[in-house]
Amino acid sequence: MAKDFERQAVSADGTRTIIANRGFSSKRFFLQWEWMLVLMLVAVNIFNISSSSNYANARGILNATRDFIDKAIVVFPMAFVLMLGEIDISVASIMALSATIMGIVFEATGNMFIAIIAALLTGVICGLINGSILAKFPELSSMIVTLSTQIIFRGIAQIILETRSIGGFPSWFGNIASGKVGLVPYGLIFVVAEAVFFAYLLHMTKFGRRTIAMGNSVTVAKYSGIKTNKIKVIIFTVVGLFSAIAGIYLSSKMSSVRSDVARGYELDIIAMVVLGGISTSGGRGRILGTSLAILVIGYLRYGLGLINATSQIIMIVVGLLLIIAVAIPNLKNSLGQIKILK
Amino acid sequence: MSEYVLELKNITKIFPGVKALDDVHFSLKKGEIHALMGENGAGKSTFIKVITGVHIPDEGEIILRGEKVVFKDPRDAQQKSIAAIYQHGTLYQHLTVTENIFIGHEKLTTFKTLDWTKMHKEAKELLRGLGSDIDPKATMGNLTVAEQQVVEIAKAISTNADIIIMDEPTAALSKRECEELYTITQRLRDEGRSIIFISHRFEDMYRLATRVTVFRDSKYIGTWGVNDLTNDQLISKMVGREIKDIYPKQEVKQGAEILRVDGLSKTGYYKDVSFTLHKGEILAVTGLVGAGRSEVFQGVMGIEKPDSGQVFLEGKKLDIKNVQDAMNAGIGYLPEDRQRQGLILDWGLGYNVTLSTLEKYTKATIIDKRAERVSAKDLLEEVKTKALSVYDKASSLSGGNQQKVIVAKVLNSDLRVVILDEPTKGVDVGAKAQIYEIMSGLAAKGYGVIMISSEMPEVLGMADTILVMKEGRVSKIFNDCKNVTQEQILEAAMNI
Repeated sequence: MAKDFERQAVSADGTRTIIANRGFSSKRFFLQWEWMLVLMLVAVNIFNISSSSNYANARGILNATRDFIDKAIVVFPMAFVLMLGEIDISVASIMALSATIMGIVFEATGNMFIAIIAALLTGVICGLINGSILAKFPELSSMIVTLSTQIIFRGIAQIILETRSIGGFPSWFGNIASGKVGLVPYGLIFVVAEAVFFAYLLHMTKFGRRTIAMGNSVTVAKYSGIKTNKIKVIIFTVVGLFSAIAGIYLSSKMSSVRSDVARGYELDIIAMVVLGGISTSGGRGRILGTSLAILVIGYLRYGLGLINATSQIIMIVVGLLLIIAVAIPNLKNSLGQIKILK
Repeated sequence: MSEYVLELKNITKIFPGVKALDDVHFSLKKGEIHALMGENGAGKSTFIKVITGVHIPDEGEIILRGEKVVFKDPRDAQQKSIAAIYQHGTLYQHLTVTENIFIGHEKLTTFKTLDWTKMHKEAKELLRGLGSDIDPKATMGNLTVAEQQVVEIAKAISTNADIIIMDEPTAALSKRECEELYTITQRLRDEGRSIIFISHRFEDMYRLATRVTVFRDSKYIGTWGVNDLTNDQLISKMVGREIKDIYPKQEVKQGAEILRVDGLSKTGYYKDVSFTLHKGEILAVTGLVGAGRSEVFQGVMGIEKPDSGQVFLEGKKLDIKNVQDAMNAGIGYLPEDRQRQGLILDWGLGYNVTLSTLEKYTKATIIDKRAERVSAKDLLEEVKTKALSVYDKASSLSGGNQQKVIVAKVLNSDLRVVILDEPTKGVDVGAKAQIYEIMSGLAAKGYGVIMISSEMPEVLGMADTILVMKEGRVSKIFNDCKNVTQEQILEAAMNI
């Protein structure tokens, strides 16, 4: 406090040198949400190790990731959506619809490559629809628009497949989910690459900076010469694309396609983003936090599965975690204020 | 009882690291309009918050109607008949006029339900008492800024306030609307209420107040009778230094045509607007609020596209679809609403300055953050921003300094034409002079400068050419500004 006062005094007497570099501050370094997530991750893993003897080795820990990779694939693009201050709850339906399309294209052509391309294309089109509606009608909230498309996309999938399931995919397709390099599942490699790419995109490029700007104020972004609609459409389309990838991964894991897969996934995906510290009102947060949050929620679910907790219990625990995640930054602020008042 | 209804003595308020008020005095007589003046950051806002019970002073005493009081909270102050009307209204835009007036002290029927008939009737009477015929059932959002202000005043009176604080009420009003506000304010005074009037406009003070108190750097400078001080004396009291020539206009030889707007129209906003701007020229665009001034230039910038008409830059026809097109062509726009349109308040100054020009720092798709910070620092220093570092949050700066940050941001683009929309609105005298200096410097460097302004003195002081708009059309263009008078401009702006 005394230090701040000194700095202010210097500027008040008219010197106009502005500092362009600030040094390392241990307070700033340790007051990062990511440390909290690291603690949670350690706690969750201690809990898991104590509840299963098969878990406490590299193989166990790496294998467990397969449990949540399908969700993790969509988390990073979803982080961009929340960064904009928007939300997309149609992702699980896009996963189901693109898997369904893949299934029927495979059935019709017998060619898995064409089927996969069709699935990816479906995802892109779904995302493009979401993005275009939101760009065209900025007064509509993304919550309502994607709630509607969620129902529509799922509905189309159900009309196409009804209660049928499609299987009999080539064996290499099953390998997408089960294959490994050494001990590391393919899916995990993909997600790590994704994390690196999206961190680069958000924190180092113009596109990322503009996205963050839009999350703070669309008006300011517009007046600053940012093509806000273009960015919005791109982000929603990318979410669609990665939802399709997740749909393909899920089909590989289950070695079949049904129209009711991935129900409720959007909640876990959004929970991971929010726990990661991306502000729900947009404009704040980091990919590092999001990456850690995937592991926290993913391993927590896995661990609760180990002790045979029911899915209701799991939902309650994840819900509590979320409330803590949203409340702690506020708590920190009010604690800070109390200190200042004294 | 003393002659004062309200007296504040030796008020000190300390925030962590800053003395926001340092031994400040103030006194208000019954039936007096007392002007409170000072630069932004002089402590006026904190002072109001002390009077209205938002802040509790660390030292000093408040004497209300002869009795020493301590306001526990804003409600307490309100119950003791003090009301404030803020610069940025505190009204609910979706509610009706009546609902806004009576919110918090609704009238009830015998069955404890809301008595709308009574409230509408009383609202109507209150408004009529203020000389206004606003419909109490109208939705707030559909009223003009001036009308909303009248509703704010009605709301204050409805709580039986007899000490009314007005925080820059004229900032967003047109000339005619100001006149109406003056009448209302005088009427309140004649009814025996006391008014504290805060404004950056000298005209407000001369028209209304009998006494003026000046704050500077959180300190009390003095109280004078309005007619005991000259304009220059008052400015030097506020700024603490002499500002000799507030309009530092340089003689610039005008060059070739740089921007030509031809027949620009947008239904419902403006019609058939044409003008020409030359290198080194400062074109002032003035007129009443609502005459379509800002809208025309939002059209030029591609923010709200015009229906028809053409824009030429150096003789070449432009096809502007969005702001980026305009900026690429070399036209920059300083928006009117700094906080909503110009700055990301939560960001540091550095990020704000470079937001429109990230290309400059991008190498192989990666932003060079070091180069970005250094460049932001240079730009901020060039426009004399008062700040500690490029990490300072934009929200922590005063209005004038925020404006300088936006100037730095706009100037970082490679521009030939700069459009400034009300660049000195709500900016203090010292920063105003600096903004004029920057404008003048731009013209000298060969930029074409367009200044949209409602303030007559700066229009007359800075412009080479004055374009007056009236009801969406160009009413008159004065090419030779040497002999133009305020009256001539007003005549062109109003229906006479």
